[in-house]
Amino acid sequence: MTRYAMVIDTRLCIGCGDCVVACKNENRVPAGLNRDWVVERTSGAWPRLETEFRSERCNHCDHATCVQACPTGASHHWGDTNVVLVNPDQCTGCKACIAACPYDARYITPEGYIDKCTFCHHRVEQGLDPACVATCPTRCMHFGRLDDPRSRVAQLLRERNGETLKPETGNLPNVYYLK
Amino acid sequence: MIEETLVTARLNPKVDPSLGIWSWEIPVYLFLGGLTAGLMFFAAWALLSGREKTAPFAAHRMALWAPIVLSIGMTALFFDLEHKLWVWRFYTSFQVASPMSWGSWLLIFIYPISLLQILSTLRPGYPGLAGWAERVPLVPRLLDLCERHRRTIAAWSIPFAIGLGIYTGILLSAFSARPFWNTSILGPLFLVSGLSAAAALAILAAREAAERHLFARIDIGLLIVELALVALLVIGLATGGRQQLQALELILSGPYAALFWGWFVGMGLVLPLLLEWQELRGRLKLVFIAPVLVLIGGFLLRQITVDLGQLSTWTEYATQFDPALFERLRP
Repeated sequence: MTRYAMVIDTRLCIGCGDCVVACKNENRVPAGLNRDWVVERTSGAWPRLETEFRSERCNHCDHATCVQACPTGASHHWGDTNVVLVNPDQCTGCKACIAACPYDARYITPEGYIDKCTFCHHRVEQGLDPACVATCPTRCMHFGRLDDPRSRVAQLLRERNGETLKPETGNLPNVYYLK
Repeated sequence: MIEETLVTARLNPKVDPSLGIWSWEIPVYLFLGGLTAGLMFFAAWALLSGREKTAPFAAHRMALWAPIVLSIGMTALFFDLEHKLWVWRFYTSFQVASPMSWGSWLLIFIYPISLLQILSTLRPGYPGLAGWAERVPLVPRLLDLCERHRRTIAAWSIPFAIGLGIYTGILLSAFSARPFWNTSILGPLFLVSGLSAAAALAILAAREAAERHLFARIDIGLLIVELALVALLVIGLATGGRQQLQALELILSGPYAALFWGWFVGMGLVLPLLLEWQELRGRLKLVFIAPVLVLIGGFLLRQITVDLGQLSTWTEYATQFDPALFERLRP
C-alpha cells in the first residue's frame, strides 16, 4: 500500500491561513465550506503560556471509519493508497460518513453529496504537492510517501517526534505534527 | 489549561459548531422501523402460539400495519437524504462493514416477508379486503397457498423482525466517533422499545378486553426489561473512558437531563408501567393513556439518542470569542 502523509512543523507555522485560501482556490470549495482550517492551541497558565498553530484537514486514515460506514461505496480509498475520496455519483447524502469521522472533516456540498479534503490527488498524480503544502510561506508543511524511507516526510518523522491527532480513535491518521 | 481556538473560519453547515446532520427524520425512521419489527414479531408470535382466538387482532390484523408503518418511516428516511436522486445507489453495492448497507438490504427482504404475512391472514383479518382482492385472478389460489404455509411464514418473520429491531440500534452504535452511541446496548434497547411500542399499539387497537390485558401484561414485562437496559446504558457510560464520561454528562446536566429522565424514563417508561399494572389489578380504567405514553416514550428515546450522539464528540473547538477564557488563563 502506498501511504501518503502530511507532516506539519508546528514550530514554523504562524497560523496565517494561506493553506486554507489555497485549498479554496485550487478545489473551488463553495462559499461557507472548508476542507482545511487552522487551530490555535494555547496551554499552560499565565505567564507560562505556550501557543501552537495547527493546520488541520482530513487525516486520510488507514483505518478510515468513514469508508467503513458508507453504505454505497462512495467513500473509498484511492487505488492502493490511504487517500480517502468520495465519488459524488455514488453518494446518496445519507451523512453516515460525517457521523463516522472523529475529526469532523467532512461537509455537505450545495448539490447534496458529501465532500472533503482529497490530499489534492489530482496534483499528486502529476507529481505536485497538494495546494496547501505548495502555498505555505513558512514551508512548514511537507507531503510525501511514508513507505519510502528517502522521502522528506519519512526523514522528518525519523529525526523528530511526530504526533497525530487523537490516535486513540484507532483510525490510524496520516497527518503528523512536529512539536 | 488547554484552549483550542479556530484561527480560520470553519462553520461547515450541520457540522459546526456541533454535529446537526440528523434532525427529526432519522428518529422517526428508527422509531417506526422498531415499531414495524414489533408488529411483525407479535403477529407471528400470536399465530405460532395458537392465540388466534384469544388475540385475534395480533394474529390476523396486525401484520397489515407493518409495511404501512415501515413505508412512512422510509419516507422520512428519504427526506433526510441530501442527494435524493441517487437513492438507488443503496442497491448497487453491498458494503460488509456498513450497518446502513446491511439495513437497506434487510428492508428489501422485510417487504416480501411482511406481504406473505398479510396474505396468510387476510381472509380472517380483513374479510372485506380479501373478498375484493379475490376478484383478481390467481389471488384466491395465492391466499390458499399462504394460508397453508402460515406457520412457516410466521416462523420466518420472527428472525427478520428481530434483525430489523436490533439493526435500528446498531445503525447508531456502530459509530465509534460518537461516544454516546458507541455502546452495543443500543441494539437490544431499541429492539425492546420497538416490541413495547407494538404491544402498546395492540392495546390501543384490540377490541377485546382479554387481548388488551394480554398485551398489557407483555408490555409490563418489556418496560421492566427496557428500564434495566437503560440502567445498563448509564452504567456503561459511567464506567467508560473520558469520552463516555463526557457523553454521560449530557444526560446528567443541561437541557437533555430533564428530557431523558423526566420525559423518557419518567413519562415514557415508569408512569405507563405503573398505570398498566394498576389497570391489570382493576384499580384504574384509563385504557388509552399508558399505551400512548409508551409510544411517545419510544419516539423520545430515538430523538434523544440521535441528538446526544451528535453532541458527543472527540473534537471540540471554540468557534466564538469567549471572555471567560481570560479567567482560565489566570494561574
